[in-house]
Amino acid sequence: MKRALPAYAAIAFAFLHLPLLVLAVFSVNSSRFTQWDGFSLRWYRAALADGNLLEAAANSLAIAIASTLLATVVGTLAAYGLHKRHVPWLSGSLYLSLVSPEIVTGVALLAFFQWAFRYLGAQLGLHTVILAHTAFSISYVVIVVLARLRSLDPSLEEAALDLGATEWRTFRRVVLPQLSPGIAAAALLAFTISFDDYVITSLVAGVDSETLPMVMYSAARRGASPVLNAISTVVVVALGGLILISERLRAA
Amino acid sequence: MRSRFSLFLAPAAAIQALLFAAPLIVVAGYSLLSRGAYGGVERPWTFENYARLLDPLYGAILWRSFVMAAAATALCVLLGFPLALFISRSGRRKNLYLQLVILPFWTSFLIRTYAWIFLLRDSGLFNSALLALGVIQEPLPLLYNSSAVLLGLVYGYLPFMVLPLYATLEKLDPALIEASADLGARPWRTLIRVILPLCRPGILAGAMLVFIPCLGAYLTPDLMGGGKTILIGNVVQNQFTTARDWPFGSALSLALMALAIVPLMLGVRRRGEALL
Repeated sequence: MKRALPAYAAIAFAFLHLPLLVLAVFSVNSSRFTQWDGFSLRWYRAALADGNLLEAAANSLAIAIASTLLATVVGTLAAYGLHKRHVPWLSGSLYLSLVSPEIVTGVALLAFFQWAFRYLGAQLGLHTVILAHTAFSISYVVIVVLARLRSLDPSLEEAALDLGATEWRTFRRVVLPQLSPGIAAAALLAFTISFDDYVITSLVAGVDSETLPMVMYSAARRGASPVLNAISTVVVVALGGLILISERLRAA
Repeated sequence: MRSRFSLFLAPAAAIQALLFAAPLIVVAGYSLLSRGAYGGVERPWTFENYARLLDPLYGAILWRSFVMAAAATALCVLLGFPLALFISRSGRRKNLYLQLVILPFWTSFLIRTYAWIFLLRDSGLFNSALLALGVIQEPLPLLYNSSAVLLGLVYGYLPFMVLPLYATLEKLDPALIEASADLGARPWRTLIRVILPLCRPGILAGAMLVFIPCLGAYLTPDLMGGGKTILIGNVVQNQFTTARDWPFGSALSLALMALAIVPLMLGVRRRGEALL
């Protein structure tokens, strides 16, 4: 078992990572076909020249930034509240929304928006995607920030309260500064999850709010393409970087 | 004094109520209505949509989804356990190895699925290589079948199994393993009689994290099954888009939610461990 285990682990890590590495390698292949034909950045240039793609990327970025800001603020406040006070229905609901099958969350939001919009006269668009992303990101923020809160020394906070600071002031001046690495980590995660999401997004997006994963999805459905390899590589490297920073902050 | 913390909770509670609970209530309402002429919903109220769930056609799809999710979960336990065991025993390198699991855990599910399309399709890397080597004359049909869907699910959710397994293995008291060895048990016996039973919470937590999304999988069967391996997630999506039968889609999604929640309720006490 002593030697078998490392050998197995090597294979398992290869299984997890090789497919993406292969994708990256072929994204700089000058041939359109799956045989190596020399290094070239032509597929990256092709991606940059695609207006549709750039617009979708801009949409994804706008949605991710807006929903991350909202979810981080709301989730951080909620984490502190839940840290102070046991509210089983709220933690239960956050947990349930985290583990519900995405497709169910997605169609439920679609049905809800369509039902509400009959009375409000609104339509699906960027705003509905931002709302949906905010809703599912909050749970992740709460988990990450709550873990940080639990590792803090409670005596500082107690001292502030004993000295007459209000809860809000204590939170602002004592708790928040200590929480900042955790909050940053949570925000980076929320951003990644939002930028990546396809299933829920595709259901609640309007005609003018196509996101990058939506464009990539329809391309992947038609098969593989070297341009898609190039975009995938950029997204994986960029989001992977954010994840690593987030992990560092969480460990700090 | 206590009540003032409600202000911290209010925004999250409002969003949960409005964007999680209310949508489910709307879906529950829709599931009891009839399909409208133009794709909306109409009265009369009816249980017809639930009766249709018993149709053998949908029964078969539900069963297939269940089997697929169970198979993916079992494979993830089999493949994930040795990896988690390896990481938990790798001393200073532990963090590096852990990062190697965390990275795909959070990276784009869509892109990770696409990578396999690139590898498996007729003109993909595997087939091109085998053709070039002369091993095969015709490309092998590796993609667009249920094995491909299973592979996609296992690949997608393996990290979700490894992380909770690792968390339990990490907390395992090494004295118990030493005691087992001192008393003459061979490593294999220690593994099966001591380590595995102690890992039950981790296995259950991981199984939940894999089984639930697999049961509702939409993206993987659509992309890697090529419309041939239809799972319940695809039927739900189809009812809300192409078929425009929202009442039936609503009933189906509530059924899916119920199927997903049963295992959840069994494991809900372990949620601390389930969430990283």
